[in-house]
Amino acid sequence: MTSLHEPGAAAGPRTGGPRRRRVRVGAPLPLLLPGVLALAFLLLPLLALLVRAPWRSLPAQLTSTEVWQALQLSLVSATAATAVSLVLGVPLAWLLARTDFPGRGLVRALVTLPLVLPPVVGGVALLLALGRNGIIGKWLDSWFGITLPFTTTGVIIAEAFVAMPFLVISVEGTLRAADPRFEEAATTLGASRFTAFRRVTLPLIAPGIAAGSVLAWARALGEFGATITFAGNFPGRTQTMPLAVYLALQNDPEAAVSLSLVLLAVSIAVLAGLRDQWLTGS
Amino acid sequence: MTRSVRRTRMLQLAGAGAAALMALSACSSSDDSSTTKADKSGSASPKLSGTVTVFAAASLKESFTTLGQEFEKQHPGTKVSFNFGGSDTLAANITGGAPADVFAAASPKTMKIVTDKSDAVGTPATFVRNQLEIATLPGNPDKVASLKDLTKSGLKVVLCDKTVPCGAAAQKALDASKLKLTPVSYEQDVKGALTKVELKEADAAVVYKTDVKAAGDKVEGVEFPESAKAVNAYPIALLKSARNAEAAKAFIALVQSAEGQKVLTEAGFLKP
Repeated sequence: MTSLHEPGAAAGPRTGGPRRRRVRVGAPLPLLLPGVLALAFLLLPLLALLVRAPWRSLPAQLTSTEVWQALQLSLVSATAATAVSLVLGVPLAWLLARTDFPGRGLVRALVTLPLVLPPVVGGVALLLALGRNGIIGKWLDSWFGITLPFTTTGVIIAEAFVAMPFLVISVEGTLRAADPRFEEAATTLGASRFTAFRRVTLPLIAPGIAAGSVLAWARALGEFGATITFAGNFPGRTQTMPLAVYLALQNDPEAAVSLSLVLLAVSIAVLAGLRDQWLTGS
Repeated sequence: MTRSVRRTRMLQLAGAGAAALMALSACSSSDDSSTTKADKSGSASPKLSGTVTVFAAASLKESFTTLGQEFEKQHPGTKVSFNFGGSDTLAANITGGAPADVFAAASPKTMKIVTDKSDAVGTPATFVRNQLEIATLPGNPDKVASLKDLTKSGLKVVLCDKTVPCGAAAQKALDASKLKLTPVSYEQDVKGALTKVELKEADAAVVYKTDVKAAGDKVEGVEFPESAKAVNAYPIALLKSARNAEAAKAFIALVQSAEGQKVLTEAGFLKP
């Protein structure tokens, strides 16, 4: 993203403008000390995970069917939750960024609610709405015979509920930064509103959508509270990796560490995939 | 430019941060000293004070809450603070260094996690036993009459995870009667399993008799003979890291006293 600015900054601080000059030496102690402390605080627990990992028994533990099932389910459900978020979330982001309607600010605030809501509360809310006895779930059950709790679909719903806001926020931000005049130009040239969205806006905000999807995917992968509350815990059907880690910790802490390592590795891979944004970003 | 202004502002910020840190550490250290003082005065005179922290199995929630209130009434100035949860989680927390005075587990196996790490003082004492029961929806619409009925297809049954005592006991009862049961979920503690029935998301759950009783008319209990083969003994122990050992001992004594036993049997527990 910032690659256009980067060469100028890298060529030498003297040639850059006085405003964006980068300080490379002589960081003041009051900043350096807490900064390094913060870094240690964030990285030390992860380091502990690596140090205490039962490396010798690791291959055996990771190839056990239960772990495989959990990992597979985690990957599949996180991907499905991201797909749901994309299909529903991108249009919502567009509505929030491009249209004007009464109470839009409130809607935007409500969209971000699942971000700050404790996931267990989200799970309870989902149960009350979509559970077999929930306000909507009751009708799903009696009309179509569909029950969502204790199913893989339930896992996907729980994950999408928690992850979608990340995508909406990120896409909405990109949309706001994108120039709406391109869309307007397209419509004045005869394209319909939807064609303009499809052919002009979507390609324009593709990087934002990609970043938002990865964020949502990573959040879905780590989702625990809403899943265990709404979808329960059954190996192969609703037991995702975080649930497996939690229950493994109860009677086999070594296995919990191995499982955590897998999640850590996947998360690092995701961040590496986002390197344009975060690893080399300004 | 405004470099000097910036620098002073930075210093101010850092200073404020350091002050906050100092205040925090000062707080915690004064906290420590006050508890040790309380400990000393507790051992010097029989008058108990301070907080007793009790980690107890989720199934003990109702009866222990009652006993805690009783204890506070008997010993003014004391406070009993509870942490209820799956016995395994609690055991893991204790061996991980969680500050607790008393541990009451729902099975000897989970207590063993704590005694193996020699985190308990003396030998844990069994104070009650608990038997399993099937919890069904009010009115028992699915006509569940036996453990075997739970294996009917189409019935949504919830069990506790095998890692927690109620799950281990349920598995024992199922094995003893050679039944194979596929639940819709393995919940992380007995209350989690019961809640799914209370919310009518599941049709039945295998939980403790005491939980069915505590849930009142939100669920209906169905006894089954196989539960006799999977009775759980509940051990209680004083923990080595106890910061308020005197009061903790007094609480354990209350649990084992005739008065405490009365509260527990009223809740549906069996005598030890």
